[in-house]
Amino acid sequence: MTQILKNRDALLALVVAGLIGAAALAYPGFAAPGNLAGVLDDTAILIILALAQMLVILTRAVDLSVAANLALTGMLVAMLNAAWPSGGVLPILVLSVAIGAALGAVNGLLVWRLGIPSIVVTLGTLSIYRGMIFVVSGGAWVNSHRMSPEFLDLIRGTFLGLTILSWFAVAAVVAAAVLLRFTVVGRNLFVAGGNPSAAAYIGVDAGRMQFVAFVVSGAVAGLCGYFWVSRYAIAYVEVALGFELQVIAACVIGGVSIVGGTGTVVGVVLGALFLGIVKNALPLVGISPFWQMAIAGAVITAAVVLNAAQVKAPSRRILKEAEA
Amino acid sequence: MAAPSLRLSDVTKSFSGVRALTNGSLELVPGQVTALIGENGAGKSTLVKILTGVHQPDDGTIELDGAPIRIRTAADAKRHGITAIHQEAVVFDDLTVAENIFAGERPRNRIGLVDWRVMRSRAAKLLADLDAPFDPDVRVGSLSIAQKHLVQIARALAVDARIVIMDEPTAALSHRETEDLFAIIRRLRAEGRAVLFISHKFEEIFAIADRYTVFRDGAAVGAGRVADATKDDLIRLMVGRSVDQIFPKAVAAIGEEALAVEGLSHPTEFDDISFSVRRGEILGIYGLVGSGRSEVMQAIFGLQPQARGSIRVAGQTVAIRRPHDAIRAGIVYVPEDRQHQGAILKLPIAHNIALPNLGQLSRASFVSLAGERALAGEYASRLQVRMSGLGQLVEELSGGNQQKVVIAKWLATGPRVLILDEPTKGIDVGSKAAVHRFMSELVSQGLAVVMVSSELPEILGMSDRVAVMARGRLRRIVPRSEATAEAIMQVATDA
Repeated sequence: MTQILKNRDALLALVVAGLIGAAALAYPGFAAPGNLAGVLDDTAILIILALAQMLVILTRAVDLSVAANLALTGMLVAMLNAAWPSGGVLPILVLSVAIGAALGAVNGLLVWRLGIPSIVVTLGTLSIYRGMIFVVSGGAWVNSHRMSPEFLDLIRGTFLGLTILSWFAVAAVVAAAVLLRFTVVGRNLFVAGGNPSAAAYIGVDAGRMQFVAFVVSGAVAGLCGYFWVSRYAIAYVEVALGFELQVIAACVIGGVSIVGGTGTVVGVVLGALFLGIVKNALPLVGISPFWQMAIAGAVITAAVVLNAAQVKAPSRRILKEAEA
Repeated sequence: MAAPSLRLSDVTKSFSGVRALTNGSLELVPGQVTALIGENGAGKSTLVKILTGVHQPDDGTIELDGAPIRIRTAADAKRHGITAIHQEAVVFDDLTVAENIFAGERPRNRIGLVDWRVMRSRAAKLLADLDAPFDPDVRVGSLSIAQKHLVQIARALAVDARIVIMDEPTAALSHRETEDLFAIIRRLRAEGRAVLFISHKFEEIFAIADRYTVFRDGAAVGAGRVADATKDDLIRLMVGRSVDQIFPKAVAAIGEEALAVEGLSHPTEFDDISFSVRRGEILGIYGLVGSGRSEVMQAIFGLQPQARGSIRVAGQTVAIRRPHDAIRAGIVYVPEDRQHQGAILKLPIAHNIALPNLGQLSRASFVSLAGERALAGEYASRLQVRMSGLGQLVEELSGGNQQKVVIAKWLATGPRVLILDEPTKGIDVGSKAAVHRFMSELVSQGLAVVMVSSELPEILGMSDRVAVMARGRLRRIVPRSEATAEAIMQVATDA
C-alpha cells in the first residue's frame, strides 16, 4: 500500500481504471472501444492544454488566461476562414499557433521582466483577451455554415480508430515527454521551479524559463482554439468560459506541485482522463453533470492532501553535530 | 610562494546605503587553501557572492592570472573556473544526484538531446572518486546535508574548477563527515586548485588552511601564513575594532528575578539551556550562526512546540505552548527578520503599533481608532520614530525606524521581559544609538531585557551578563566585569 501511495501515478491509474470499471458496471457500453475512443476525443483538448499548463506550473507560475487565449485565437481563425474560405487549413494552423504564442508572450514578459505574480498577470490578460473577442467579432457568432469543409474536417478524420484530434493529443503527450526528459530547456523548467535561487547559481534564469513556459502555453492554447471552434463548429465570445479551471485541475489531480518543480506527463494525462471520464460517465449513470464539479473538487482536495503528506519538512540539526 | 591566481583589490559594495564591503582584498594561490575568517557580517558572504557573479562590486578590481576580469553572471564565474559550495546546500531536491551535478551543462548526444546514460556514468565516476556512498540515480532530497555537499563538490569537479570556494561547508557536518571533507580538500589542493575555505571554527582552520585572510567590518584587516599565527592572533584581528561606537549603558538597579529558564531542551536544536534574567538587567546572548540562540528565544516565546523545559516569569511557572501564552505571561519577542516576522510593512505605523494591543483598545470587538492613535502616538514619540505621521506605511521607513516601530509595538503591551533578536542588525548608526539608549531607559524602568546579538561590541557594551552559546548548548555565562571580546570568542568557537 505504501509503495502504491509513493508512486502516485500508479495510484491514479488504478483510480482511473476503477472509474471505467464502475461506469461499465452501471452502463456496459461504456468500456466498449468505440465509446472509449469517443471519451478520448472529448478529452483530447483538455489533455493538450493540461500538458502545456504543466510547463507553466513547473516554473512556479500559473496561466489563467489559456481558455481566453483559446477563445480569442479560435474566433480570429474562424473569422479568417469565413473571410477567406479558399485559404486552406495550413495557414489556419500556423496562425493559430502564432497568435496564441504572441498572447502567451505578453503574459511571459510581464511575469519575467516586471516580476508581477503570474496569477495577477493572467487574471488581467484573461479579461483582456475575453474582451477582445467581443471587440473583434462585434459580439457576433461564426457558425458552421460560414466555415470551410477543410476547416471542419481536419480533426474529424480517423486513423486506426482514433480521431485526428485524438492523435494530436497523443503527439502532444510524446512531445511533452521528450521535452521534459531529454531537452535542456525542459530540464531547466524543473530547475527553475524546484529552486530558483540555486538555479541562479548554475546560470539558469528562472524568470526566463517562466517566459518560455508561457509562450509554449500560449501557442498550445492558440492551436487548441482552432481545434475547439472546429470541433464544436461554432465561435462566439463565451467559448470555453471557465475552462482554465479544468485545465489546472487536471494538473493538480495529476500530481503537479502547485509550488513548482515536480510533475509527470503520465500524471497530467491521467488527471485529464479522470476529469474526461467523470464528465462522460455521469450522464450515463443518471447523475446530474452538476455533480462533476463537486467530484472533481473532492478529488483535487484529496490529491492536495496526498501531496502534503508526502512533503517532508527539511531537517536542520544543530545538536546532532555536537553529539557525533 | 606561487603567484596568486585570483586577486581581489579594494573591492567595495553597498546595499541601499549600508556598506557591506569597504576594502575587500584577497589573494588565492593555486595548490593552497586560504581561510577567510571574520565575525558574522564582516563581509565574507558578500565577497563570495561577488566572486560567483551573484552581486556586482561597486568598485575595485578582480584579477585572474594578472588580467582583470569581470564576473557579471554565474556563467561568467563558471567560465573563469570559479565554483562555490554554499553554506546551505544549493541543490535541487526533486532532481537526481546525476542531474544536480550536471545541471549547469548536461551532456548531450548528437541531435542535442540530454544524454542520460553519459550523465549517469560520468556522475558515477565522480562520486566514486569522492568515495560517495550513494548512487547517481537517487533523489537529492533524500540525502543528508553532508551528502548534499558532496554533490556540490562533484559539481565543482565536473566543471574542472580552478578556484573552489567553500562557504562554511562544515557548519552542518559531523566530526567524521568533516574529516572526509578535509580529505577531499587536500586532494583538491594536491591537484593544484586554489581553495577558499570559510569557517568559524579555528581548529578546522589550523587543520586544513595554508594561509588566512581576516575580514572585519567589510575590510581585510590581516593576512598571512597559518603556520605563523596563533588562535589568539586571529581572534584579536577579528574583534579588535575601533571603539567609535558608544554604548550608552546606564547602570540600572537590578531587582528580583523576571524570567528563569530551566533545562530547556529541543530534540534537534538545543539542549539543557538554563539561565535567568532580573528586572533592570540586560542579558546578552552571544553565539555564532548555527549555535541555536535564536531557536532558544523562539522556544521561550512558544514558537518551537517541540521544546521541553520549565519557564518562570516573576517567580510563577508558566506553560508556554504558543506566542499568545508568552505575551499573556509578559514576554515579548522582537525577531531578527523584521521584514518577515516583525512588522506588517504594508500597514500604517499606527496599525502596526496597535496590533498586539487590540484587545485593550476595543470594546465589543470594535477597535477604538482614537485609542489606537493615542497609544501609537505615545510609543512612536517615546522611541523617536522619524515619520511623516502615524498614517505612514512602515515600508516607507528606514530600517532603523522600522525596528523602532516593531519594538514600540511590543512595548505597548506592557511586558515584563523583552527579548530582542539582533536589535540593530543592518540599521544605520544613528538608529542604533537610539535603540541602545532606549534599551537602557527600559531596564531603568524595571524591564528585563534579553538581547541576542552577533555584534561583539554591542554585546560587550550593553550586557550586564553574557550567555555564550555554541552548538546548541549554553557554554558559559560571563559577568560584565570579565566579558572581553577574546574571552567570549574563545567560548563561542570552542569545539
